[in-house]
Amino acid sequence: MAGSCHEPIALPDGDTAWLLDVLRRMVTIRAAEEKIGDMVAAGRIRCPCHLAIGQEAPAVGVALHIRPGDRLFGAHRSHAHFLALGGSVHGLMAEVLGKDTGVSRGMGGSMHLIDRARGLYGTVPIVGATIPIAAGAALAAKMDGKGAVAVSYFGDGATEEGVFHETMNLAATHKLPILFCCEHNFFASHLHVSLRQPAMSVARFAEAHQVPWVRVDGNDVVAMANAAGEAIATMRAGGGPRFIEAVTYRWRGHVGPREDDDVGVRRKDDLHLWKLRDPVRRLGDALVAAGTLSPDGLPAMVAQATEEVEAAWQQADRDPFPAAGELLARVYTEEVPQ
Amino acid sequence: MTGYGQAIRDGFEHLLQTNPEVFVIGQGLWSPWYVGNTMTNLDVQFGRERVIDSPVSEMATTGVGLGAALCGYRPVVIHPRVDFFLLAVDQLVTQAAKWRHMFGGQVSVPLTVRAIINRGGEQGAQHSQSLHSWFAHIPGLRVVMPATAADARDLLVSSVLSDDPVLYVDDRWLYEVEGELPSIVERPLAKEGPRLVRRGDDVTLVGAGYSAHLCREAAERLVSAGINCDVVDLRIVNPLDATIIAASVSRTGRLLAVDGDWSTCGLAGEVLACVAERVDGSAMRAKPVRITLPAAPAPTSGPLERAYYTTVDDVVAQVRRLVDRGGADTL
Repeated sequence: MAGSCHEPIALPDGDTAWLLDVLRRMVTIRAAEEKIGDMVAAGRIRCPCHLAIGQEAPAVGVALHIRPGDRLFGAHRSHAHFLALGGSVHGLMAEVLGKDTGVSRGMGGSMHLIDRARGLYGTVPIVGATIPIAAGAALAAKMDGKGAVAVSYFGDGATEEGVFHETMNLAATHKLPILFCCEHNFFASHLHVSLRQPAMSVARFAEAHQVPWVRVDGNDVVAMANAAGEAIATMRAGGGPRFIEAVTYRWRGHVGPREDDDVGVRRKDDLHLWKLRDPVRRLGDALVAAGTLSPDGLPAMVAQATEEVEAAWQQADRDPFPAAGELLARVYTEEVPQ
Repeated sequence: MTGYGQAIRDGFEHLLQTNPEVFVIGQGLWSPWYVGNTMTNLDVQFGRERVIDSPVSEMATTGVGLGAALCGYRPVVIHPRVDFFLLAVDQLVTQAAKWRHMFGGQVSVPLTVRAIINRGGEQGAQHSQSLHSWFAHIPGLRVVMPATAADARDLLVSSVLSDDPVLYVDDRWLYEVEGELPSIVERPLAKEGPRLVRRGDDVTLVGAGYSAHLCREAAERLVSAGINCDVVDLRIVNPLDATIIAASVSRTGRLLAVDGDWSTCGLAGEVLACVAERVDGSAMRAKPVRITLPAAPAPTSGPLERAYYTTVDDVVAQVRRLVDRGGADTL
């Protein structure tokens, strides 16, 4: 993590063609998030949307190592986690519009996403709430004995919740196959980490709970993929929990499309620097330098993703809302007489 | 005859024997000090991988149960006191109870949380709460309160086999109460509800858990005074099926709801409201009455504690006032 982190990322030795798919996933996330931001600004989307623009790399880096049977859990800012696993852009658009065709059948909105077929077992906005749930999924995986793993995504703010520490302790004691993946973007809502914690890095918590950890440039998708691959391989072999601190930054505000550079916490200058560390451009530049991608390859990829996102949006916009009966039909597994 | 505490253990034994996906996690499961005789040697019998004594982490433990429930298991998370379980409320109320609905019916949550009411003995304000009314308020959560040994066992089995999240609340004051235990028949929890456990035409007594036990005892004593009571044991307090209560009160014209919790927005008030909505005023022979805890935290001092908790004598006295046609409670 030395240097300015502006430069193209270092590519692995050997064939780099697989990184075109990685780039495409990140570009799709970026395009979908920008569309959602625009539609929030236009008043077309009403549910609270927390955008992950600028922090696409951790989700994609981890997703590369996910197999059938693994189970991932996210939080309020989880569009990227969903899309990185190959989730349907149309399903996401329909969900944020509250449509019956949404990934949560229109009952969840932006903050409650699920895609069990691809391993996403649930995302919720109560800070830290899915951390112990992911540990339970890891306990189940351990009991199953088939080498599946759990992933818990959370932000730096969640490390201030008691349940994060309870879960780290429990997971370490019981050697649960869970990856604690902290996307450290320096802000919990409006408040900078320096005003919330006595140290900038949250890896000290992993140290305290004896969970092996690594700090990664979270805007370097190859570094993220390497770290996640090493951690998950160890977990599958029964090595217990791992912790990744992915240092990144969100370009937009806590919620909605604005950049929130007016909240009084020296964000404007930082944001400028972090945009120079754009994880999409850094991978694109590296692939161009390596000759894997033509100089106009990235703009072409962006144009195609934008087109696909637009088509998904148009379809979602035409889709039906849930039927009125859905309100009561899904409270219990068996309907309750009113 | 088997005691209520032993009956709970019988339920766990049945579940662990017949369902490989059942496991139990919570504080004190390897120690009789926390959970009485309800878990004795289950860890020896079924292994400490399935009967797990946990760190002092109520919220993480409950979340772990939820996560395992999402992945094919039927966990039971045990909290030896309701008061400590409150540290974990998010995981039951805001997570488990809502996941099915907010994910469009794509998941079910076969999680049972067992929280034990453990009060009396001058334990005071923070070792005495019940708070079942809080949880009965929550759509998506089934709340179970057994009053008899048979229900302690059978409703535990039904709770764990339910595909919905369940809060099962048992009461240490009932652990020595004995009852006949027929062989186990697994019954769907969704089909269980309030039960008319005693028939009499003068007054309807309604309670859940230990309060239902008080109602039965009071009804027994009132026979010699020539007063015959209907007793409704609620058993399942959410979702609450008021049909049997309404039918009973329509016949007796008198209602006494007994609840071992506070009054405001509580279960006894809910019972009165159900009757007010369903029973024609002309059928009522007296104003409905409730007995609840005084609106104060549980005291430690002996005399204050004795005044604090409802006794069979209190219920008997209230029923006598209620059926006394010349009394102040008469309409």
